[in-house]
Amino acid sequence: MSKTDLTRRGVMKTGAVAGAGLAVPTIFTARSASAFVNEPTGGSVTLGFNVPQTGPYADEGADELRAYELAVEHLNGGGDGGMLSTFSSKTLDGTGILGKKVEYVTGDTQTKSDAARASAKSMIEKDGAIMITGGSSSGVAVAVQALCQEAGIIFMAGLTHSNDTTGKDRKANGFRHFFNSYMSGAALAPVLANAYGTDRKAYHLTADYNWGYTTEEAITSATEAMGWETVETVKTPLAATDFSAYITPVLQSDADVLVLNHYGGNMVNSLTNAVQFGLRDRIVNGKQFEIVVPLYSRLMARGAGENVKGIFGSTNWHWSLQDEGSKAFTRSFGTKYGFPPSQAAHTCYVQTLLYADAVQRAGSFNPCAVVEALEGFEFDGLGNGPTLYRAEDHQCFKDVLVVRGKENPTSEFDLLEIVEITPVAQVTYPHDHPQFAGGALGSCNPGV
Amino acid sequence: MLGLNRKDSLLFVVVICLTMFAPFLLNPFPEGSELAQFNAGYPDLMQRFVIFGIFAIGFNILFGLTGYLSFGHAAFLGVGSYAGVWMMKLLTMNVIPAILISVVVAGLFSVLVGYISLRRSGIYFSILTLAFAQMSFSLAYSVLTPITNGETGLQLSLNDPRILGVSEVDGSIPPANLFGLSMRDSTELAMGNWLFTFNVGYYLSAVVMLIAFYVAIRIFRSPFGMMLRAVKSNQQRLNYTGLNTKPYTLAAFVISGMYAGLAGGLMVAMDPLAGAERMQWTASGEVVLMTILGGAGTLIGPILGAGFIKYFENIFSKINESILHQWFAFLPDGLEDALVFMVYPFIGKGWHLTLGIMFMLVVIFLPGGLVEGGQRLGRLFRRRRKTDTKPGAGATEPAE
Repeated sequence: MSKTDLTRRGVMKTGAVAGAGLAVPTIFTARSASAFVNEPTGGSVTLGFNVPQTGPYADEGADELRAYELAVEHLNGGGDGGMLSTFSSKTLDGTGILGKKVEYVTGDTQTKSDAARASAKSMIEKDGAIMITGGSSSGVAVAVQALCQEAGIIFMAGLTHSNDTTGKDRKANGFRHFFNSYMSGAALAPVLANAYGTDRKAYHLTADYNWGYTTEEAITSATEAMGWETVETVKTPLAATDFSAYITPVLQSDADVLVLNHYGGNMVNSLTNAVQFGLRDRIVNGKQFEIVVPLYSRLMARGAGENVKGIFGSTNWHWSLQDEGSKAFTRSFGTKYGFPPSQAAHTCYVQTLLYADAVQRAGSFNPCAVVEALEGFEFDGLGNGPTLYRAEDHQCFKDVLVVRGKENPTSEFDLLEIVEITPVAQVTYPHDHPQFAGGALGSCNPGV
Repeated sequence: MLGLNRKDSLLFVVVICLTMFAPFLLNPFPEGSELAQFNAGYPDLMQRFVIFGIFAIGFNILFGLTGYLSFGHAAFLGVGSYAGVWMMKLLTMNVIPAILISVVVAGLFSVLVGYISLRRSGIYFSILTLAFAQMSFSLAYSVLTPITNGETGLQLSLNDPRILGVSEVDGSIPPANLFGLSMRDSTELAMGNWLFTFNVGYYLSAVVMLIAFYVAIRIFRSPFGMMLRAVKSNQQRLNYTGLNTKPYTLAAFVISGMYAGLAGGLMVAMDPLAGAERMQWTASGEVVLMTILGGAGTLIGPILGAGFIKYFENIFSKINESILHQWFAFLPDGLEDALVFMVYPFIGKGWHLTLGIMFMLVVIFLPGGLVEGGQRLGRLFRRRRKTDTKPGAGATEPAE
């Protein structure tokens, strides 16, 4: 075998590659021609809708996607315009954003941080998305928000309820319209005190992940402040489907309230187990045993069926609200899809509109200009009453709904009734509140 | 070349060319065309191709050579990722320490897991590794939250110390870099309608993969590799001849664990976040799929398998209903809807289904994976050529 021959060829090939490598800097132009990443140059602008299409939150993801498609239709002047007509800012006129037609790409987060980031990255690098939005889990929201900060893209969070998204993990390029654990606690506590009294003993079952922790902390501190006692807090694995083992100790304790810091399928299963064990028929310390679910959604209520009747919880928005914005949104969503929107759909729709409006007002797609336009922005007519996008942490401050499972639902969508609309002042907190401390927005990043 | 025989040198050169010219090869369709959807030449996906290539090469050293099927390899990747991110949080944003520590930590962890798991073989070994991986996942997801940041995933923050670097630059976290060369930096080359992106991070990963590939070839061709093959074919016989196989299998396990750690370290170097899902059993299963799909026990197979799966995950999953409607828009309405209805379950969120079907087809018809497919094609082609030319022409091949 002639080895020298091969070596020569190898050397020549290596040489050619090295030569090409050396020539690289002379023929390539760096991407510094534009002022910011993915500056839209043609007649259209691309938004990235990154939602869970598979996995435990796929239902919510599907509803979010419907809302996004509706928002794009309205921004481009199609349909009945939805909330564009009720929105207090009148800059959006149905001609797209800054005259550019809105197009979109979709991706699957799989409710995994890694997959969500991969999907968001491909939207940024391949499809040239100028804004990423969506998600139905706080872990994903925090991960994608950090990615967008690094890449110089605006992130409009979808459904994310953990304090951390605008607390310790807040980022200058990220914005959240949805409410958070603290607000749930602050809104629920007075209602619970009214309904169940101030000398209750609470037992917490908490989903063992980030959102569970912040919710447990928010609810315990809010209820303890009005006199409740926290007997025990128990963490349950996220993958658990049978909660009997966690419910039995509740029966043996002297607690008279069970708080389920669970979401999605977890909540459906734990609530069903709790009801099956007869917790709601119990009398402890001379009081009726009660169950509380801090974060409610219609999709969960439907999963739990009969069991949600009379159970208190909080929610960001509900389609039965009677203000003009909510009515307009519910109408156009219902016309297009045949059923009312969920709160996830609402927050995603609103986020898209808010982004489009901010670009329109700023007159530029530059992330830094958009951040400036959104910070401290006050608006109304999007279903939650007067709302403020606070500059310090990019969190929306608005009324919070306390809801209860309806005793006599009239349809499969009419499962929750609004007990109280907690005014925004009651759920507002300083941006350096201990539950939100430890984060810093940093400065906006245009990516170049 | 480099101590490789002719065939291996050729393979190595082919792999070098493929990785170096990947930005061209993966972007065959012009920007803005309908088919641009299928372009894969953007930095993130190219990085993933080579990083998962490394992961699969390493896995193949264990599975392909010794036949020990580990169902928990993602744990090493995850451990490596966490170590890498911590290095970036504490020490510096230079990727070298992060990658090194990832390899070391994953190596140590695999010594521990390997020492225990390798007491058994066959299905029991697989179950043990699976148990270890699930344990690591659960720990990372909840109990070890202070170290791993639980479900959210470990990320950098503005107030990390970074002793040898800086905590922040103008209110931003400094980018991961190689002696000042940012991993995010890309240069673009526009040729007509084509746009090619050359990314620093990709080329770093590609060079690392080439080194990893070279090392793998040397292991495959070494006496050590032969020993591992012997373990695969008949471990009992080896034991009867008085050989202790344990050190060999443990060495192979640790090497492949270090490869996984290297992949984990590179992943955080490209994108500084480590999530617990990286260690889940589905992630471990994925690398098994990659190796079998590409061809277990072959050199190039795992890389092909990794590329194949990542392509599906990132490209097919993004085709949504409206894109399908665009494709079939030229058809009459009813037909268009019917066609979209038929194709839709297989793309977008249904990409798992398509991948599953492909996997079944490959396993049933090409037990040797994609490599066997290539060989069969090659053989078919050669046989045709041979029948075309006169008999005897083939006899001029030099004897080795």
